[in-house]
Amino acid sequence: MDWITTVDHKKIAILYLWAGGLFFGIGGIEALLIRWQLIKPMNDFVDAQTFNELITMHGTTMIFLGVMPIIFALMNAVIPLQIGARDVAFPFLNALGFWTFLFGGLLLNLSWMMGGAPDAGWTSYTPLSGTAYSGTHGVDFYTIGLQIAGLGTLIGGINFLATIITMRAPGMSFMRMPMFAWTTFITSAIILFAFPAITVGLVLLTFDRILGANFFVPGGGGSPVLWQHIFWIFGHPEVYILILPAFGIISEVIPTFARKRLFGYSSMVFATILIAFLGFMVWAHHMFTTGLSPVANALFAVSTMLIAVPTGIKIFNWLFTLWGGSVRFATPNLFASGFIPTFTMGGVTGVMLASAPADFQFHDTYFVVAHFHYVIVGGLVMGLFAGLHYWWPKMFGRMLSETLGKWTFWTFIIGFHLTFFVQHFLGLMGMQRRVFTYLPNQHFDTLNLVSTIGAGLMGAGMLVFLANVWITSRKPPDAGGDPWEDGRTLEWSIPSPSPEYNFKQTPLVRGLDAFWKEKTAGNKGMTPAEPIGSIHMPSATPLPFVMAVGIFIAGLGFMFSRDDFSSALVSFLFNNYVVTGLGLLITFGAMLVRSLYDDHGWHIEPEELEGR
Amino acid sequence: MMRTWQSARRLLPLIAVFGMFLAGCGREDLSVLKPQGPAAESSLGLMKLAISIMIVVLLIVFSIAAYVMIRFRRKPGQNEIPDQTHGSFKLEVLWTVIPLILVIVLAVPTVRTVFALGDNHSGDKNAIKVKVTGHQYWWEFEYPDYGIKTAQDLIIPAGKDIAFELTTNDVLHSFWVPSLSGKIDTNPTGATNRFSFSAPKEGVYRGKCAELCGPSHGFMEFKVKAVSNDEFNQWIEAQKEPAVLPADPVLAETFKEQCLKCHAVGDQGMSVGPSLTGIGSRESVAGILLNDDTRQDGAPVEENLKTWLHDTQGVKPGNLMPDPKQDMGLSDDEIDRIAEYLAGYKLN
Repeated sequence: MDWITTVDHKKIAILYLWAGGLFFGIGGIEALLIRWQLIKPMNDFVDAQTFNELITMHGTTMIFLGVMPIIFALMNAVIPLQIGARDVAFPFLNALGFWTFLFGGLLLNLSWMMGGAPDAGWTSYTPLSGTAYSGTHGVDFYTIGLQIAGLGTLIGGINFLATIITMRAPGMSFMRMPMFAWTTFITSAIILFAFPAITVGLVLLTFDRILGANFFVPGGGGSPVLWQHIFWIFGHPEVYILILPAFGIISEVIPTFARKRLFGYSSMVFATILIAFLGFMVWAHHMFTTGLSPVANALFAVSTMLIAVPTGIKIFNWLFTLWGGSVRFATPNLFASGFIPTFTMGGVTGVMLASAPADFQFHDTYFVVAHFHYVIVGGLVMGLFAGLHYWWPKMFGRMLSETLGKWTFWTFIIGFHLTFFVQHFLGLMGMQRRVFTYLPNQHFDTLNLVSTIGAGLMGAGMLVFLANVWITSRKPPDAGGDPWEDGRTLEWSIPSPSPEYNFKQTPLVRGLDAFWKEKTAGNKGMTPAEPIGSIHMPSATPLPFVMAVGIFIAGLGFMFSRDDFSSALVSFLFNNYVVTGLGLLITFGAMLVRSLYDDHGWHIEPEELEGR
Repeated sequence: MMRTWQSARRLLPLIAVFGMFLAGCGREDLSVLKPQGPAAESSLGLMKLAISIMIVVLLIVFSIAAYVMIRFRRKPGQNEIPDQTHGSFKLEVLWTVIPLILVIVLAVPTVRTVFALGDNHSGDKNAIKVKVTGHQYWWEFEYPDYGIKTAQDLIIPAGKDIAFELTTNDVLHSFWVPSLSGKIDTNPTGATNRFSFSAPKEGVYRGKCAELCGPSHGFMEFKVKAVSNDEFNQWIEAQKEPAVLPADPVLAETFKEQCLKCHAVGDQGMSVGPSLTGIGSRESVAGILLNDDTRQDGAPVEENLKTWLHDTQGVKPGNLMPDPKQDMGLSDDEIDRIAEYLAGYKLN
């Protein structure tokens, strides 16, 4: 019950982590099934329809429900601590964001049990995703599930923007902010601009499918290419929503374990902003083969290549942070160090893809599959592993096992390269992506086998990580406030796990790497910016949970509003939007309660603070 | 600009080495790395340039990474605090400018090739015009200048430019012959795409659909057959000849009533499904059952036709053809005899 009503950012972080971990596991199992199907030519382990559902759900789940919540978990766990705040700007909204994400994700995954998952690819290109060619409710689960989950993401993004703008501790100017706080800030800004685009697209697609509109239906005057533009205007920035937080994590981990401040801090900030800006300018590079004009292709090719410049700045700055440092290879730093070459490999194939005439060959082949897995798995997932191992003691008060951590790293990274490196060649040799099987004698067989073996190894790495989490959870919470001993930022200046009010006294920030600065000045902790006083806390409330349940019911009701059920009563309820109305009533009712009932929260008094 | 060309020239030996390395990969009639025509060659040229630049970048990053990770490893007992360097303006400018130069080196030929490949050949008198229409899960090829339609096997004269006009009849598909040219999507009418390629050498090239189009997306294959000019003209003439129907009048009647409601042979029938004219001399049945009994993955055309007609959903899940036995009420014997007739329906 405590977990359902909590509005504490640290608990919400843990909720995000478990929920994200659950969906990540589902997406991973889907990936292993895909790889098993492709282990040999003309395999019949799953049928063609199931395979298309698997690839669609794997992509959708991993992007929206797997890695993004884990990113949000780390942001929630760390950002208020890093900027010296007692919580996020809107704790109630924070909880609402989590619950809408969770119920959106559950709705999407219900599709497996309710007559068929979405099957038109995670990009859901029309007309294939229209009712004429995708007759099950699969794509409805996709459109409505993602709208609900996306609502949560948007709420979370806005919350972090407000938090970072308004709640930094005294002395923490923007240019003294840790890089992870910076990338969270920029990521939230991208979310603010990109998510409305996909939401609009999903609403229009829902109208096409459920209300019989024609936005994307060629026969009715709609345009499938319009969907591609809307999707990728969101879809390309989404890539940066994913990778920028990883950049931030790496920029935290490397200085800590090299005992050196980040090399070229201001150019890192500048590069982050530039990447975000360019990220919005390049969406049509996903559409080089759509038949846009050569002028459009040329412009988007060149603007895409430009992203290599700020990204290169970051890579070299990380390398030169290590240069001259005293580098300790604890598990977080192993992942961060593995990240640099691996991500660079994903980056360079990105530049290759940007060359439009070469992309005519690369597009929709395994070369692309290899590229984006190098970026998303080799970049983001490695970054998340680095971050999880790094901040685990801060979140749970326990250190993950270093031995198991190293096992996780080596099995994962070897399995990863085995899986995806060979896919570059598969693509160039003529294997298109999203094929449920392939004919023999095309020179595809051996490389596919290698790829599947690699996937198995990655799966084993994940199991080692889970074992690590399980074993660690049974140990007593004994991690110190600064367990890596070289912590540089504010979160390491308070106990692990942090008390629910974070900082007994708001700290005074006197420079970049505030805690490191105090430590080198011979101080044991931060210099406080205020006397000890009564701390205001928000009240726990079940309302966010209730609101999300309401939206979930409304979504289900709307989706089945055109169906005939065997029971006349059920048909009546759905076909007259009674279920939809009931769901919305629950949500708006909860909103009304929230508006009318004034909850001033509660206070932790100084005596209590001293008593601990 | 001087600098640009110098660095480009320095990369030439690398390009040659990787060119040779990459040429070892895949089938000649399928691999992007073994181009058989000018369009695929220009794509590969850019790929080689890009991959050379990128390998240089990777080598630099990998060596610096390896160096710092080994050289600056914390030794046991080492506990001093390293120098807290801020950064270096000069170095940061250096790694801003160098990538920028590399990007320009790649961007200039990219833009040039984009426009070269974007040339519209549809007004070219010497080009052969072909209208490509994608269907779930087969390809229709129409030659408007000759008034003929065929399916699955695209016959072209070697060495001539082929000016394509591409659309789809249902969902999006993407037309791709890796060894001859990059791919282009087929959009619904109204957003017709045009592009062109040529195949200088006679031979059969494997084509694929590259855009997810439903369950049998992976099976939506086709062949491009480049033949001599004479052979091409002969084929055109043979295509125009009146239909050859089964010799047995009863079977001919069944065939007309059942099959020609969707399919066409010669001057008869409908063109909802793929044209069957001369299907006996095609490279494959349904795009994936290869009619080559000299190889282990092929079978004689008659056997392939029987396999197909007895189990259309098993061969190509989700395809729109009704089942000859279940839906059309044909007997096993009738199906076999139709397969036999079709196998014997050869052009030339």
